[in-house]
Amino acid sequence: MHIHFLDPYRSGDSLIHRLDPRVKFVLALAFILTCALTPAGAWPVYVLLFATILAIEILSTLGVGYVLKRAILAFPFVLAALPIIFTTPGAVWLELGIGSWELTISLPGLVRFLSIALKSWLSVQAAIVLAASTPFPELLVAMRAVRIPRLLVAIFGLMWRYLFVLADEALRLNRARAARSGNSGQPGIKAGGDLAWRARVTGGMAGNLFLRAFERSDRIYLAMVSRGYDGEVRSLPLPAITSANWLVLLAGLVILGVLLSLSFLFGS
Amino acid sequence: MHHSIEIEHLSYSYPDGHLALQDVSLSIKPGEKVALVGPNGAGKSTLILHLNGILSGEGSVCVCGLEVSPATLGRVRAMVGLIFQSPDDQLFSPTVFDDVAFGPLYQGLPPGEVAARVEEALGAVHMSAYARRVSHHLSMGEKKRIAIATVLSMKPEVLVLDEPTAGLDPRSRRSLIRLLGELPLTMLAATHDMRMVRELFPRMVILDEGRVAADGPTGVLMEDVALLEAHGLERT
Repeated sequence: MHIHFLDPYRSGDSLIHRLDPRVKFVLALAFILTCALTPAGAWPVYVLLFATILAIEILSTLGVGYVLKRAILAFPFVLAALPIIFTTPGAVWLELGIGSWELTISLPGLVRFLSIALKSWLSVQAAIVLAASTPFPELLVAMRAVRIPRLLVAIFGLMWRYLFVLADEALRLNRARAARSGNSGQPGIKAGGDLAWRARVTGGMAGNLFLRAFERSDRIYLAMVSRGYDGEVRSLPLPAITSANWLVLLAGLVILGVLLSLSFLFGS
Repeated sequence: MHHSIEIEHLSYSYPDGHLALQDVSLSIKPGEKVALVGPNGAGKSTLILHLNGILSGEGSVCVCGLEVSPATLGRVRAMVGLIFQSPDDQLFSPTVFDDVAFGPLYQGLPPGEVAARVEEALGAVHMSAYARRVSHHLSMGEKKRIAIATVLSMKPEVLVLDEPTAGLDPRSRRSLIRLLGELPLTMLAATHDMRMVRELFPRMVILDEGRVAADGPTGVLMEDVALLEAHGLERT
């Protein structure tokens, strides 16, 4: 009776799964950084970046379809970039008249928007492969290894741990409500209550969940303190990175570096 | 005359493939008080969640003559009062009154009747003075009583309890047992409290690994030390 679907990790034994999580983490970040730095309109480089992430997806045996399907998640956020189609000055590509409104789509604006959409789509794919091929605890280790502040990593870890507890709690609350949502069987009476009442009940449940999360955090803190926690997060030293992994890291960074240099060639 | 609960060949497996119930059949007569015992993970809670259609597996479950199905869920949930193990899950409203009123309000009953039902239900669990209290700040024993009131207000025919005495101090436990004895409803309780079983429930069903391992008079089964031991239970 637990919620499993939140965990994006999919176990496997591919090359990508076996790669040291620290190397994976750094390479995924480097890939996203490369995408971000590639100038707008460098289409050939986008193709090469896509080929790179596609190759990694195939190597990871997660299934290209799986990754692409999840990557659709990026699109709602891309909408935030939509205004630049209209606001970027440059050659006019299309004019739209809505009533007394005049909207002009400029060519540079369109190029920039499409570039941003493509770049976020590619970046999300890298993040998905990372999250799907690395168990979360190992990701935390990787974050620590690249000197992300320990307190922040500890917060990520606790959030991950208790997200499931909280989701389970919400599931049980919903279940308890469903168990008492009956109908009287009397003719002429409709069950369900009105919208305002249902909203109030849901609000009460949300507040309840918040209070419990709050109280639980207090109890967790007490449990930590009673085992010696003093505000400093300590952890065991990390094992060394093997030479094969160093090689992958180096090769990956070189490829991304070459792609980035190429992009300035094409972009300008 | 229909049975209060009639389960036939019920099997259920969780989405992750774990088989929780295997071919369970069980029938309970109106007014009967039955204890459901067995080790942790035996499938007791899973079975209970089938009685009002929160889970549905293969096989058939009938409650008060109604087959549990999407079409009958509303009626079934009004007739089966399910009391969860943790009262904190059950009490999700700001005040005790709101919580006890939830079931009748959901059913769309007129305000006067809702108030009357809340009063009656709180009276039945001897908690009339608590209507305006915040459920959040009650003691465990008080919460349990309120949780029972939240389903009594729906006037159910069957009371289904998951671990009613878990986490109670001896005095709260004693008063809860007395309360359960007073209620004239059909009762099925999943529990580890064997002394309560002997005291309150004339019939006992042992569930283990998702199957009914034994079903008979409590007095007889309690004497079968080998049987109890085989299913991780203790004689009291």
